[in-house]
Amino acid sequence: MSTRRHFLRTIGGGLAAAAGGLLVPRSALAKAGDAGPPNLPSGALESSLLDALPGKKPLIKRTYRPPNYETPVEYFDQPFTPNDAFFVRYHLANIPEVKAAEWKLQVGGDAAQKPFTLGLDELKREFEPVEVAAVNQCSGNRRGLFEPHVAGVEWGYGAMGNARWKGARLKDVLGRAGLTKEAVEIAFDGADEPVFDKTPDFVKSLPVWKALDENTLVAWEMNGEPLPHWNGFPARIVVPGWTATYWMKHLVAIRALAQPFQGFWMKSAYRIPKGKFPVVDRFLTQETDVNTPITEMVVNSLITSPRGGQRVAAGRRLEVKGIAWDGGYGIRLVEVSTDGGRSWRAAELGKDLGRFSFRQWTYAFAPDKKGSVVMSRATNRAGATQTFELIANPAGYHHNVVQRVELHVA
Amino acid sequence: MRKLLGIALAVALLSPNAARADESAVKLKDGRGKELVESNCIMCHSLDYIPMNSVFLDRKGWDATLTKMIKMMGAPISEQDAAAILDYLGENYARKDAGK
Repeated sequence: MSTRRHFLRTIGGGLAAAAGGLLVPRSALAKAGDAGPPNLPSGALESSLLDALPGKKPLIKRTYRPPNYETPVEYFDQPFTPNDAFFVRYHLANIPEVKAAEWKLQVGGDAAQKPFTLGLDELKREFEPVEVAAVNQCSGNRRGLFEPHVAGVEWGYGAMGNARWKGARLKDVLGRAGLTKEAVEIAFDGADEPVFDKTPDFVKSLPVWKALDENTLVAWEMNGEPLPHWNGFPARIVVPGWTATYWMKHLVAIRALAQPFQGFWMKSAYRIPKGKFPVVDRFLTQETDVNTPITEMVVNSLITSPRGGQRVAAGRRLEVKGIAWDGGYGIRLVEVSTDGGRSWRAAELGKDLGRFSFRQWTYAFAPDKKGSVVMSRATNRAGATQTFELIANPAGYHHNVVQRVELHVA
Repeated sequence: MRKLLGIALAVALLSPNAARADESAVKLKDGRGKELVESNCIMCHSLDYIPMNSVFLDRKGWDATLTKMIKMMGAPISEQDAAAILDYLGENYARKDAGK
């Protein structure tokens, strides 16, 4: 019997996926909360559905091409996000399937003394492999919750994931090339390309100091397995603490630069107004008078259980569960309010899996009819905490507004 | 509900890929200029980008998006087509309360 029930549940996921397109009205998805929180733009809720990319579980499809797929919140009840449920985000639609045997990584640039080329086996064999647990979160995660709404991919809560990344230290790879003293930035290019020549190729750069950080990797493994195609096979850059825009997928070139990189994806995109966010890391060679590249993630938390609108029994013990993370200082405290924000009490923190990782937390209480709004607020070891009021910015980045989960208490 | 599950079961058992929808399922609202929108925009991306960004941009917001696609992203859209595309988006996917 239990086997059959499990089978039905599994198929249930497939049902929504098959149905999202064809069999079941969209409203059925929206009712189950599958398309995301109800305050996303109406058109985003209507055009989203559960869909499985090859090799992936059904995820929340925001756009088909380039593929932008979000992880459903239920996967965040575990500290590490399964590879086949990990979110997918691309800017450009020409995405080749890279073959491991043919893959080459070029390391060079005008600030490299000894350029070289590397195959995958050499990368794995010739550098010391290290592993780090780290959150990979899109700069625009939760953009759909911005009010007023801003244009872009209208993500809910799931444009993020946590994994154990294994690879070579970028600083070891750069060490073999030998940086000249003129080096100011390290640029990264992936195998994915635009449809038209005139569309700017997706190329990103890091300041040299961040590229040389011992936690920044050229990774080929994720949660003990090769990177899934949709997450950058065969190798990607991993920049613990910083938003996912820097984590170049399908990496094919690393260039040490003597001048700041001038491309569109650095000069125009992924910028935040200066001085509005409580972040520490600065990317000085790319700063202007008014804005600056996004750097580390702001401190944040997510309530994974109970879910909004869930029915709970008055007077019966209820466990609130969630995760918290930040830009790599580590989580110091998570507080929970069960009365809509009037009073706050410390949640119990789960195992520390490293300062770049999700940190699980729990908090138990007995709901009464008066207190039906649950909120969580994380504080990191640098003293930064989540905001109650949205910090507006044109591109919709760094959403860490304290979440409100309204319960039906009966 | 049981009937739905039955259908889903059948679909799921037929093929492991049965759950895979595709972008041709995205249908834009009928209106003047729709064909121009479809033929231009699908060169670089699926059409779900349009409903996803609705309804909150006003006509000016869609103009800015279209300009970004042409000037920054290099979309080869003629001026004439761009005007018709903006009319379509303004008519079918824009917030109407703002002044025109």
